Amino acid sequence: MAETKSVIGTQNKKGQTFTDPWKLMNEAPRTPSFFTGSEVIKEAIRRASCDVMIAYPITPQSEAAALIGELFAEGYIGDYFRGESEFAVMSQCAGASFGGARVFTTTAGPGTMRAMENFPMWAGSRLPIQMIVTCRGVNSPLSIQPDTLEISYLLNTGMLVWHAETAQDFFDWILKGYMVSEEPDVHLPLALCCDGFFVTHTKDVVQLTPPEMCLPPYDPYRSPVPCMDMECPPVRMMRDPFVMKSNYISYATHASWQQEIWAAVERSRKHSIHWLNGLIDTENTDADIVIVASGTAVSQGREAIRLLEDEGVRCGLVKVKTLRPWPEEEIREATKNAKHIFVPEFNVTGWLAKEIKATIPNHERVHAGPHVCGGMTMPPEIIVNEIKTALGMKKSFVMAGRGS
Amino acid sequence: MIKKRLNIRMSGLGGQGAVTAAHVMAMAANRDGKFSISNPFFGAEKRMAPAESYCRIGIERIYDRGELVFPDVIEVFHPQVITMGKSYTMPFYSGIKEGGVVIINSDIPLLSEEDIERLRDLNVALFYIPGTQIAIEIAGTELSTNMTMIGSVAGITKCVSMEALDGALQERFGKKFVASGGTASLDEAIKKKFAKKEMLLQKNLATVKRAYEIASEWAEKNKIELQVGNPAVAA
Repeated sequence: MAETKSVIGTQNKKGQTFTDPWKLMNEAPRTPSFFTGSEVIKEAIRRASCDVMIAYPITPQSEAAALIGELFAEGYIGDYFRGESEFAVMSQCAGASFGGARVFTTTAGPGTMRAMENFPMWAGSRLPIQMIVTCRGVNSPLSIQPDTLEISYLLNTGMLVWHAETAQDFFDWILKGYMVSEEPDVHLPLALCCDGFFVTHTKDVVQLTPPEMCLPPYDPYRSPVPCMDMECPPVRMMRDPFVMKSNYISYATHASWQQEIWAAVERSRKHSIHWLNGLIDTENTDADIVIVASGTAVSQGREAIRLLEDEGVRCGLVKVKTLRPWPEEEIREATKNAKHIFVPEFNVTGWLAKEIKATIPNHERVHAGPHVCGGMTMPPEIIVNEIKTALGMKKSFVMAGRGS
Repeated sequence: MIKKRLNIRMSGLGGQGAVTAAHVMAMAANRDGKFSISNPFFGAEKRMAPAESYCRIGIERIYDRGELVFPDVIEVFHPQVITMGKSYTMPFYSGIKEGGVVIINSDIPLLSEEDIERLRDLNVALFYIPGTQIAIEIAGTELSTNMTMIGSVAGITKCVSMEALDGALQERFGKKFVASGGTASLDEAIKKKFAKKEMLLQKNLATVKRAYEIASEWAEKNKIELQVGNPAVAA
């Protein structure tokens, strides 16, 4: 066997020290910085030892993509270029990842939709690409404002899907995300989502690790599939597609490979729990009323809980951090005492509420709402009113707000 | 009234620096040891279209984000926000909280009798400041109008200190700042108005100070007591 040598403690060309990832994330000193979410994405990537970033402009991720261009100019990224469209970008990401690079990209809304064909392809090819999704409206009439509908389209691609609440989540999860998705028993792409504008364009305090410390580089030999080998799956399947052969063996091969992808999503569970300290966060889940949410809806839920507390109404909170893997057992346990479960969402269909209903017993406890969509804001006051109305209590706020 | 949180809504037009103003206010509040958050809302970027930004300052961690539906302070950066309805809401003051303040950049009154009456019913104080004129007089460019809006709200509510504003301005304009291409070109435009970067910082700060003094004097005279608490005292 060839001699293996650790890179930990050695320096890259920018003089950053490759640091044990666990120590980097949990023990390294942190400096508070007042940054926008886009700036925070840049700072995370500065520390992520990325080989390739491919960009295409679409609001609200353009700032982050432009800032990472600055990082490339400073020499922190191996290569950086702009694709012809989001479809091209995601295809080029696949090429770079097949070649053994650690790949990063960002997208949003219609861009995510345009590139959609690539995502199950990434998962099927076991490419641990990280894609930031800064959610915005996807439908016509056009909207550039936050709307989380696009996440629902990603849930069945075979990608890992995480939903960040704040820029702090973003900073930590970008780095931790690579650690989870590059595990040999996972080796899947990660869609790290946030609500556009609410996170990307908001200035907030974020605790950053030292810029002179970075993740060790990606090791393509940890891939569970041979690198670009034309005779083995998954590339063999592309060279010689089963779709051309209608026989039992081709179906069985394809079926077993899909099962393997979803088994890999399941296997990511233990790594995600390790790195994220659990797939959900909980507060006061012994209360009769519990809010279950992901992304910015968690933040608005926290404010609503404060307002309810002022009126003597106690309400618990479940923050869903990972949507894939889906924290089924955790949500069941966290909501077992709840008589009423409210799921505030920034989309029209209420996909999170549907997932929760399919997960827990006595799902008539789930109240799918309040909903806002198309870029609307969800003031905490409307969550409070929704809860009080559903419980037959007098509303706290007269909503003669905007547009009245 | 000393509040746990002060919500400021800035309604302007694209290119006026409303987004920058909210960011600078939040950065200053952060420097003062308060909790703060700022975020903008705008459509596909274009000059003279409605653009809003929001700054929340408080004594405890702030989670709330997005459009500010129930503000304590509304700042109108441009008369067209009112006269041409270039606002995300009609009327522009909808949602304002009782006891709030409306600050308007204009040298002439713009509100109808009905508007004035509705604001009076809510005990909302109305403050006009010729912000663009002050910007031209002191900084020599109307691009510094946003500095007068920063000075106005700081002067009335004392939610941030002049010292912190000085630091925040240096942080924002003293080094290379990359956001979007649009913001970068606006930054270049403002830098071209001044011979040196130090001049830009100095004159903008002087503009903030002048508006701060005028607003402060007005607030004292009219006994406006809209302030945000001190986190150190609250803790």
